[in-house]
Amino acid sequence: MGKRLPMTDFPDLGARRLRIGIVCPYAWDVPGGVQAHIHDLAETLMGFGHHVSVLTPVDDPSTLPEYAVDGGRPRAIPYNGSVARLTLGVKATGRVHRWIREGDFDVVHVHEPVAPSLSVLTCWVAQGPIVATWHSSMERSRVLSAGYYLAQTALEKVSARIAVSENARRTLVDHLGGDAVLIPNGVRVDRYADAVPATRDPGPRIVFLGRIDEPRKGLDVLLDAWPMIVDHHPDATLVVIGPGDVDEALKDVEPRLLENIVMLGRLDEERKAAELTAADLYVAPNTGGESFGIVLLEAMAARTAVLASDLTAFERVLDGGRAGALFATGDARDLARQACMLLGDPDLRLALVEEGNRRVATFDWSHIARRIEAVYDSVVMPGEPVRVDLRGQLVGRLARRSGDARFDGNDSGPGNVEHS
Amino acid sequence: MNGPNWWIVAAIVVFLALAGLYLSMTAGRLDRLHRRIEMAFGTLDVLLARRCAVTLELAGSGVLDPAASTVLIDSAHGVLAAVDQEADTGRRWLAESDLTRTLGSVFDDAQEIDALREEPGAAQLLAALAATCQRVSLSRRFLNDGVRACRQVRRQRLVRWLRLAGRTPWPQTVEMDDTPPEGLSGIAA
Repeated sequence: MGKRLPMTDFPDLGARRLRIGIVCPYAWDVPGGVQAHIHDLAETLMGFGHHVSVLTPVDDPSTLPEYAVDGGRPRAIPYNGSVARLTLGVKATGRVHRWIREGDFDVVHVHEPVAPSLSVLTCWVAQGPIVATWHSSMERSRVLSAGYYLAQTALEKVSARIAVSENARRTLVDHLGGDAVLIPNGVRVDRYADAVPATRDPGPRIVFLGRIDEPRKGLDVLLDAWPMIVDHHPDATLVVIGPGDVDEALKDVEPRLLENIVMLGRLDEERKAAELTAADLYVAPNTGGESFGIVLLEAMAARTAVLASDLTAFERVLDGGRAGALFATGDARDLARQACMLLGDPDLRLALVEEGNRRVATFDWSHIARRIEAVYDSVVMPGEPVRVDLRGQLVGRLARRSGDARFDGNDSGPGNVEHS
Repeated sequence: MNGPNWWIVAAIVVFLALAGLYLSMTAGRLDRLHRRIEMAFGTLDVLLARRCAVTLELAGSGVLDPAASTVLIDSAHGVLAAVDQEADTGRRWLAESDLTRTLGSVFDDAQEIDALREEPGAAQLLAALAATCQRVSLSRRFLNDGVRACRQVRRQRLVRWLRLAGRTPWPQTVEMDDTPPEGLSGIAA
């Protein structure tokens, strides 16, 4: 029996070209984890050969990449006790309508579908295979708010749910019911592995990354440990990357210690990678609120040893301490002890780096995006694209009347100037 | 005398309007959930058919030993026979679970699979099988999620009393063994 050529009958599922629409809830030109996630996911998927369109709010439409569509400018609205920057209203609905109709998507993937946002709006407007990703864990009060209840009806249309962390998944299971597939955040390993290290002094170099005035990021803990570290390594440098009030953050530090501390403020991705690569040790002294720990992975990709507080999320990323050292959360003494040990033992650091490098490979975007692609494949129905859902949708009807009339005529899509 | 009466009328009107709105929204919700389940079932159906077809293709390709080919063909035919008997859905899931277990026992060793992939044409078929098995299991999970969400709404008293679900049958979860073969886990994403 001659062998048949099977590939014509069974093209690899991964080789199927999909039309994918991704919705970002937050302004594209404001740095943030969700935006970075969507950016990397979109580009990786396009690298696989899929067609990708990202709908996102944006302040300055000229900053949008070619594959992104302007979802309108976010407006500051008092919501749930704080001011949220949201994209709402008839006009935004009109844009979503148009995007869905013209996109002819096999699947629409919304991110952080917490009301009110462009993501939830899309769930309202669209009908068909919808995938949703939850990024952060939320407090119960927020989940139970009125906006969330309204969103719930829209979320019932979501065919497949993804959570990026165990904490995010727990939020879903506890408050929304049902389950979610756990697919962690991705890292562009090559971006860090190929980074040119920043110039540095010969002494040991520790790097911290995160908002310096956000207590949960734990800079205080690290600064408390700093004198003990300097006692053992007088030539050590502490590099602090992240926005916030420098004077306020350093007000309790002894003046003699200040000369070894470099405050760099917020850095772009490239310089961040350069600093992570140049360092001997990355310290993550977070005291809570962290659901995933993407920076830990970035440090691992940059081949820098990691020392992190023993939060559950960090323990998971560090494979229980094999891919990076852990210290007791909030304990400056333990931090200092472990940091000194690591700084004094290059072999120990190298062992952690090697293990970390192996570990981070499973988080590379090329791998993570394949898992997300598998989720798309398991909800996509060939010949059944995502459509606009008009039945019983008051918002939808309104938007069709006012939004369409305006958009079909003179809206030029991305680059269109907001006139409100 | 006139005043209070009008208040009562107004209150009744508002109540009826709100009740109507609530009922129509709930009916809309149910409709969307039913459509979602239908779509999820369609996707699972396509993926299961694909799994069966890839299995037959692999078994007939000559890369496997005759014994493995025979059991695979046997299980796949069992699935085909069960799909033909549409009335008895329980039988279908038993047959699909049977195919799952057969695939699991044939493709249980990753090292063996690596050797098998050297054969011409085998690598792509094995990758297709691995990808399909993984997607079958995701797809069934998403379907059952939808069924559970739908049942929750349909259990509500008002929905039952007013028959808001219409004649749509009570949604059924799909219960079958869909564990992807151990030896293929390295190939799947």
